[in-house]
Amino acid sequence: MRNALPVVLSELQLDALTELVNLGVSNAALSLREMVREEVVLSVPKVAVVTREAAIASLGEHESSRLVAVQQDFEGAIRGRALLIFPEAKSMELVRAVVGGDLSLEEIMELEQEALAETGNVLLNGCLGTIANSLERTLRISLPEVVHGEGSDLFALAPAHAGDGVLFIYINFAVKRRAIGGYIAMLLDLPSLVALQDLLSAFILRSTGVMAALSHAEL
Amino acid sequence: MTHKILIVDDSKLARMAVARALNNLYPQWSRCEAATADEALKCIGENAPDIVLLDFNMPGKDGLTLASELRHSHPKINVAVVSANQQAEVVTRTREAGATFLAKPLTEKALGEYLKSIVEPRSSAAQ
Repeated sequence: MRNALPVVLSELQLDALTELVNLGVSNAALSLREMVREEVVLSVPKVAVVTREAAIASLGEHESSRLVAVQQDFEGAIRGRALLIFPEAKSMELVRAVVGGDLSLEEIMELEQEALAETGNVLLNGCLGTIANSLERTLRISLPEVVHGEGSDLFALAPAHAGDGVLFIYINFAVKRRAIGGYIAMLLDLPSLVALQDLLSAFILRSTGVMAALSHAEL
Repeated sequence: MTHKILIVDDSKLARMAVARALNNLYPQWSRCEAATADEALKCIGENAPDIVLLDFNMPGKDGLTLASELRHSHPKINVAVVSANQQAEVVTRTREAGATFLAKPLTEKALGEYLKSIVEPRSSAAQ
């Protein structure tokens, strides 16, 4: 993916955001590891400012089957949507891993929506909470919602205030012994990028003592 | 006695943060930086550092794999794996590779305690 929109983050700001996402998802993975009692393997995060279509296409490159996602919208200094996404065919396996292996298929099916929502809630709140704390800002996070569909369906459901541009962040996770794999993705609305630039610059200054570009106007 | 330290992280920000802490702790030490495992090996060949800080989650060869290799090829180097991923399996594999696990973000205090355990091994309980 590449920057294809007028609002761009500097190389160091993108680097800082990638590090923040890595911290957030690593914390989330620690929670998931406790829930499934198996190691959760993480990829290196990908962060890019792209069009919504490019974000959908990027997801489609990796996964062509129907998907299930737990999504939560967040707002505050920045606004957007966080999603825990995996192939629909794997959702029962994830639920089985979380609730334990003693339940019947019928019982697991009954629990599916609730277990998925709660798993997503733990992961996405852990991830967003770490990012918000690092940026020293509070984010209001909506209740989790479980949605089924193609990649285009998931990203098309973005809030009405969203523009065409998004900051797209995704990271692959896998529980290898259970053959469970998926993505944690985040979409930030374009207007959030201006605020995000300043927050990232402040974060860089706190982390390194180096003054990065202070605002979009200086880039 | 001064030491040579190598910082390996694909994130420039993370390298800058560690460099800042090092400047505060041991400004006289020489240091080099690498963004990948391959760059790290080149730096080790050219500069012979005695301390290496390795990010775990990097594109290409990860820090844990490099730590295992260094244990055999350069057993005298003190290696720490720095990782935001604090799952028990990662911490265990780090120790099995003969390295020290340090949590990310790496604070100046945690780095200072680790380096003190190398500089003053008998007076430190770290490791």
